Amino acid sequence: MTLNATRRGFLQGAAAAGAILLVGVRPDGAIAASGDAQMMNPFVKIGADGSVTAIVKHFEKGQGPATGLTTLIAEEMGLRMDQIGYEFAPSDATLYNNTLFGPFQGTGGSTAMANSYLQYRTAGAAAREMLIAAAAQDWGVEASALTLAEGMITGAGKSAPLGDFVATAASLDAPAEPKLKDVSELRLIGNPDVRRVDSAIKGNGTAMFAMDVNLPNQMVAMIARPEQQRATVAGFDDSGARGIKGFIRAATLPNNAGVVVYAEHTWAAMQARDALVVDWDTSAAETRSSDEIEAEIRAALEAEPTYNVNKADTAATHDAIDGAAQVVENTFYFPLLAHAPMEPLNCTIEQTDDGGILLHDGCQFPTGPHMALAEIFGLPMDKVQINTMLAGGSFGRRATPTADYQVEAALAFVLTDRTRPVHLVWSREDDLRSGYYRPAFGHKVRVGLDTQGRIVGWDHRIAGQSIMKGTAFEAFSVQDGVDHSSVEGTYDSPYRIPGAAFGLTDTEKATSTLWWRAVGHTHTAYVMEVMMDMAARAAGLDPVDFRLTYLAGDGADQQRKAGVLRMAAEKAGWGNAPAGHSQGIAVHKSFGSYVAEVVEISGNATDGVRIEKVTCAVDCGVAVNPDVIKAQMEGGIGYGIGHNMRDRITLTGGVVDQFNFPDYEPLRISDIAAIDVHIVNSAEAPTGVGEPGTPPAAPALANAIAAASDLHVASLPMADNGVSFV
Amino acid sequence: MAISLKLNGKTHAVDADPGTPLLWVIRDELKMTGTKFGCGVASCGACTVHLDGAPVRSCQTYIEDVEGAEVTTIEAMAEDRIGAAVQQAWVELDVVQCGYCQSGQIMSAVGLLSENPKPSAQEIDDYMWGNACRCATYQRIRAGIQRAADILEA
Repeated sequence: MTLNATRRGFLQGAAAAGAILLVGVRPDGAIAASGDAQMMNPFVKIGADGSVTAIVKHFEKGQGPATGLTTLIAEEMGLRMDQIGYEFAPSDATLYNNTLFGPFQGTGGSTAMANSYLQYRTAGAAAREMLIAAAAQDWGVEASALTLAEGMITGAGKSAPLGDFVATAASLDAPAEPKLKDVSELRLIGNPDVRRVDSAIKGNGTAMFAMDVNLPNQMVAMIARPEQQRATVAGFDDSGARGIKGFIRAATLPNNAGVVVYAEHTWAAMQARDALVVDWDTSAAETRSSDEIEAEIRAALEAEPTYNVNKADTAATHDAIDGAAQVVENTFYFPLLAHAPMEPLNCTIEQTDDGGILLHDGCQFPTGPHMALAEIFGLPMDKVQINTMLAGGSFGRRATPTADYQVEAALAFVLTDRTRPVHLVWSREDDLRSGYYRPAFGHKVRVGLDTQGRIVGWDHRIAGQSIMKGTAFEAFSVQDGVDHSSVEGTYDSPYRIPGAAFGLTDTEKATSTLWWRAVGHTHTAYVMEVMMDMAARAAGLDPVDFRLTYLAGDGADQQRKAGVLRMAAEKAGWGNAPAGHSQGIAVHKSFGSYVAEVVEISGNATDGVRIEKVTCAVDCGVAVNPDVIKAQMEGGIGYGIGHNMRDRITLTGGVVDQFNFPDYEPLRISDIAAIDVHIVNSAEAPTGVGEPGTPPAAPALANAIAAASDLHVASLPMADNGVSFV
Repeated sequence: MAISLKLNGKTHAVDADPGTPLLWVIRDELKMTGTKFGCGVASCGACTVHLDGAPVRSCQTYIEDVEGAEVTTIEAMAEDRIGAAVQQAWVELDVVQCGYCQSGQIMSAVGLLSENPKPSAQEIDDYMWGNACRCATYQRIRAGIQRAADILEA
């Protein structure tokens, strides 16, 4: 997801957060998690036994912040990675806000490292300086004579473990401006041998996801939801459920959105929910079909757009294209997509001894559910706590503007006497059928080329369902009517395209929509890069050279995008594919990072395509954990390719047609034979890696298929639109 | 009615209906949470366990059908020669991302290596096809199995 459209608001938030960081360095242990531990500041906890714990403010869904933020603290404190632990931060936006989101704690928009890099390094450096100052005081020597390395403070002929100085350090003032290590001193940042901190627990079954919460006496709750969104409960009959062993009772949710079934365990809840007969009031329910959504979007593309996104002289663009030597055009359609994280949505709510509420959740946006739960239970914010647990994937789904599943759990808990914790569990069918999809979008693009094959005009219409409008995030993302998340990656592309006009029309939402790994870039990159490929072919020019024409000059944005394009082409052996193989390339900037990918296939659209290799080049600034970055590129590529090969969510009369993985087929191990990732060596500030690998993958595949089959697939998924895969 | 379940070498008396999926007995009755719920229809492999040494989907295996059989889960893999090698390879290569599917991936990988100690990339793809990973860690799963084969050969 992206929230960076509200730059001014975020800059204010970032400035405030900087102040929070400094005042938040609390050596008095006031917010320490336990009595024997000292909190040097919100980001690192040091015990008198010498144990050091990084407090990770971003949730871990596999994208690597537990490793990344721990690396930053370890680097500045001179620790080995095996000398530091980590735990997830409590929900407290005054200490753990995302500085790019303002006063809001949350993970998204590939911002975890970008907003934490200096915070956590500064925190680690402050802890180092305080421990050294404490040792200097205890030993009566100059601090400048001492160093901290591998847990030992050494100098002036003495050496002792850092834990010996925790008590003294806790009485010192925090340094106002701790000195970060020089780039020449870095041992962990940029080191490809640093390993993930969570590999072992995730390989031996001991990792605790929210789904694994088993509190004493807890109940499992599942909710019977309407097939059509916005239908409400008119009544229900649970007589069929009463004989099911473990069934406790059923009740209508206070908002009438569904019927909650309480059971002693998950299997009983599943069976009882199946046995329930619910009478739905569908008078206000969604009735539209995806064919109607598509027809509305395609019609919108034929009309003058509502919003002139880049304030272009559209008449001049039309004139330039009408007078061009040749015109290349295409109309694209992108269906609804589900996120389908491996761990179905779930969370557990219990009441604490002091009457507060404790939520156990793989929580992506703590501040949202924190506020929602405080309101539902009528409690002050400090009486609501969130225990953030590992999340089995998200791809955006665990963060909704409405805190949807946490609110469901709260409403289910409200209906009980609160003596038993309630674990709300979604099934895979709930996950695929209950909304919050990547919205459907269409694009229509006309590109005019002169006799030399140069672009003289680029007329680009976009139509689709806004994610942000009508949500609490509208103010963050919508300016002058334009939802940035609908158009990101087009008008703000580093390409310098002459005569470019970008227009947007919003279409009606027929279901709930949500950011989905890389958000608007999931469709805009596809269109930009397929059109670039079509234009290059029409011009008779090499697709890499053609793109470089529009990335000329000394602008950093253009140079970095051109840099990854050249690197991917070189590493892939661009133009030298083996006999029977075809290559396609795409390059895109998203979330501050630049990624180019070359897809090499064998076969063709008719006989069957096999993806032989994907070569990727990424420039994300300083590469903090190179192997995590490679993994995120590998995963992002798979996510982009898998969905665009064969996935879509469709509606018939407002009812979702897909049920489970057999009709929303995940990428499988056999789909991509090899991925090769290369990282640009950079000293720029680190930017995101969770999402940027996804946008170029599908257009690079489309362009490879075009190289083999002369067919640029414009409606997705590919398997429904003329491409067979083997 | 109590059913006798042999799991990781220990026998448990389980009070569950005969048609209860093994997955929910393992997770909710025995409170062993390494085996995961992903789809409930045997199409993702997150719930893979071994039945007499061979991988099965525990969400579609019923408790009445496993009486007398040896059920093995991820929690016992450190004690298994092949399981330990796969786990070592997984850590060496940092295969995991979110990790939710990885218990099932490892159980299937151990099943493959016990049948075929030196699988080719194609044989790995064929055998592991049913284990979905939404993070798309497949490239490292493939490399991890080949690394485990090398560890076992050494």
